[in-house]
Amino acid sequence: MSLAAGIARRAGRRALSSVPALFGVIVFTFLLMRVLPGDPAVFFASGPNAGQAEIQMIREQMGLDKPIPQQLLLYLKDIATGNLGRSMNTGQPVVTDLINRLPASLELTFTALLFALSLALPLGILAALKPNSLIDHGVRFLCSLGVCVPTFVSGLLLIYAFYYILGIAPDPTGRLDVFAAQPPVVTGFMLIDAAIAGEWESWRAAASQLVLPAATMALFVLAPLARMTRAAMLAVMTSDFVRTGEALGLSRRRVVLVYALRNALLPVITIMGIVFSTMLGANVLVEKVFSWPGVASYALDALLTSDYAPVQGFVLLMAFIFVLVNLTIDVLYGLADPRVSIE
Amino acid sequence: MTAPLLTIDDLKVTFSTRNGLVEALKGVSLSLDAGETLGIVGESGSGKSVTAFSVMQLLDHAGRITNGRITFRGQDITRASRSMLQPLRGAAMSMIFQNPRAALNPIRTVGLQIADVLRAHEPLSAREARARALKLLEAVLIRDPEERLDAYPHELSGGMCQRVMIAMAIACEPALLIADEPTTGLDVTTQKTVMDLLAEITARRGMAMILITHDLGLAAQYCQRVAVMEQGLVVEQAVPASLFGAPRHPYTKRLVAASPTRLSTVDSLVVDAGEPAVPAPRVSSRRPAEPLLAVSGLVKTFDNGFRGVDDVSFDLAPGESLGLVGESGSGKSTISRLVCRLLDHSAGTIGFDGEDIGKVTSRDFYRSRFRKDIQIVFQDHGDSLNPRFSAFDCIADPLKLLAGVQDGRELRRQVEDCARRVGLPSEFLDRFPHQLSGGQKARVGIARAIAAKPRLLVLDEPTAALDVSVQAVILHLLDRLRRETGLAYLFVSHDLNVVRMMCERTIVLQKGRIVEQGPSGALFTDPASDYARELIAAIPHFDPEAATARHREAATAG
Repeated sequence: MSLAAGIARRAGRRALSSVPALFGVIVFTFLLMRVLPGDPAVFFASGPNAGQAEIQMIREQMGLDKPIPQQLLLYLKDIATGNLGRSMNTGQPVVTDLINRLPASLELTFTALLFALSLALPLGILAALKPNSLIDHGVRFLCSLGVCVPTFVSGLLLIYAFYYILGIAPDPTGRLDVFAAQPPVVTGFMLIDAAIAGEWESWRAAASQLVLPAATMALFVLAPLARMTRAAMLAVMTSDFVRTGEALGLSRRRVVLVYALRNALLPVITIMGIVFSTMLGANVLVEKVFSWPGVASYALDALLTSDYAPVQGFVLLMAFIFVLVNLTIDVLYGLADPRVSIE
Repeated sequence: MTAPLLTIDDLKVTFSTRNGLVEALKGVSLSLDAGETLGIVGESGSGKSVTAFSVMQLLDHAGRITNGRITFRGQDITRASRSMLQPLRGAAMSMIFQNPRAALNPIRTVGLQIADVLRAHEPLSAREARARALKLLEAVLIRDPEERLDAYPHELSGGMCQRVMIAMAIACEPALLIADEPTTGLDVTTQKTVMDLLAEITARRGMAMILITHDLGLAAQYCQRVAVMEQGLVVEQAVPASLFGAPRHPYTKRLVAASPTRLSTVDSLVVDAGEPAVPAPRVSSRRPAEPLLAVSGLVKTFDNGFRGVDDVSFDLAPGESLGLVGESGSGKSTISRLVCRLLDHSAGTIGFDGEDIGKVTSRDFYRSRFRKDIQIVFQDHGDSLNPRFSAFDCIADPLKLLAGVQDGRELRRQVEDCARRVGLPSEFLDRFPHQLSGGQKARVGIARAIAAKPRLLVLDEPTAALDVSVQAVILHLLDRLRRETGLAYLFVSHDLNVVRMMCERTIVLQKGRIVEQGPSGALFTDPASDYARELIAAIPHFDPEAATARHREAATAG
């Protein structure tokens, strides 16, 4: 089919054109880590009274005594062979750490996005259908609240309300209650793994752990999604083809959902990509508050101890995900809007 | 006599705007019998569209019916609820809009959109609706209807989109069809086929039609009765022959006079314009040996391989006015942009004053000494003015950049001089584009173009967006400017009557090639090529004799 071929061609072109960007990200983070203050060798020496000779030895072991261009070349070679170095904090290869922790972050982000969308779309539509009504003002208030309250505050507030006062939520530590059975790891996504294993008790436990952090994240990104939906709906509702639908006697439901909403979703899809990327980065605070074992908190810990390899690996991963998200959005957009694929 | 299909009785509609309440309709009364075709003509702001939208209950939130009654088939629908209207809309009365492409859902196939209308009123399965949609596309004479069912609006031409829109509107055989400027923006030949189709469909199915248009010729040709609206009131109502042959109301008289016909001249268009009655003598009437503009073998191939302009050659003498006519896609606007050096050509030469200005790329042409000699007036006067520039800034800009006027007092003097020459009162100079009317914006656009004293003015559909009475005044102004200054005009227009009046010579273009060229008078009375003949025949007209003849013919046929 020509539509699929067109989309594939666009996606391929995008993927190719993102290679230089990825390379730039690699070089930039490499250099950035080198100019940041702090000597990692000192951090990882055995103790405060470690001798100069010991520090020097660690430095040689880490390759820090070589000139910077040579270090960069070595680093690039390592990346090409899939080796992102070894974390000094955990003692594990960075790749292993990231693979272990990425599903936790992704699961949280996807759930939060799902929450946010299922709330933002109806709210945006309602607000657009009755502009300047009580509903509209209410949605605007909720959105402002979501944006101005930092995630660590709203996270703590949610914990305070639902765990401490009401006692409905489980204690906010990690992905699974300590007493629940850990499902065998297949995908790394706790909910999916539990469902595959058929351990619904664990699934419920994992889900209840997920609700509060995901809600915190969702609240944070509610505003851009709901406001965009509202603006797009408002614009589309005054467009000529909605008027055509009205003039030819289509039901209100059909006009709003099929004629208006599908067109209004186009800009929302774009915003969704941006929101998703922001969320992955902004995860760090939520992960800290809920002791979530994700990649963002991992990178933060590494950064605080000048542990180069994990930070570089994390930035590279984020850049890679960003490219991937953009590709997905491109494909989605091509499917949603027949006009795009012909250009 | 049976009761009329639709009666509108003393209808008043107000809009709440930022400047308070505005009364758009001030007591409109109209009636329409089953099967009748009524034309509503008037200029923008006359309330003709508001009348139609009130009938369909499509007024936006700001508009409110404050008085009067609308009765459809004996049922009062003035303030009908949604549940009462929904079965009527599309099934008993439906509407066709201006700008057909925007009126269709861009991300839904046309087959599904037609099916949507059918299924809103009749219990049909998806398959049945598709079969009916196919029948409808056949009825509106779309080629390859089977394939078109799965096409999206952007894959169809404007004329085809309007056919799809007509198919949707007639899908459930309504008794009343309202067509709001259905052919504005379409080519004359397309306009003719669409209007003929509409007339045929409504006649065959016994539908009543209200045709809303600013084009008197169109109303005269296709309507049994025409109502003229001005500022929210119906000022005159009669059969076309008597309305246009012997208009009674002063506004109708003005409107009729301002509409270009095959006989009118620039001076006959304006009844009382306040322009100097005696035209200034032409600076130079003889044709000098050396042409000002000599285009030879001009070719423009676009990136997708489409040849927009294909081997076009013509000359333009100083002070001469040359018209370019043709349908959309004929390359007339592309040629105007190539000559202005806003676009790069693929082959050929553009000689100006004996020098090939085509050698300078469009990117660097702003530095050329010829930039100030070739200026352009754009079609959309609103969009071509910087919204953050006052009228003064707009006119001063070319003076500063091209004529090198730096001194503030001198600048003001020259801007005011320009404004005076285009008839723009100097108190309007401080206003921004959104504070000016269409005609005033057109004047600013013209003043800006003549500010740097060019020798060639390219006019790209300069009056296409204007009301006829404003168009008449602007044409008058352009004609006077040319006489006064000896400017040469390259006049691009789809309105053949305008080109005939404004230009000494005319070039007819089709698909990027010159089909015919010659003195305007001869070309329009006796075209040599089939294409030019077809174009000229498609112009709607309201010659009183022709209208009466048509009427008689219709009476004997019916």
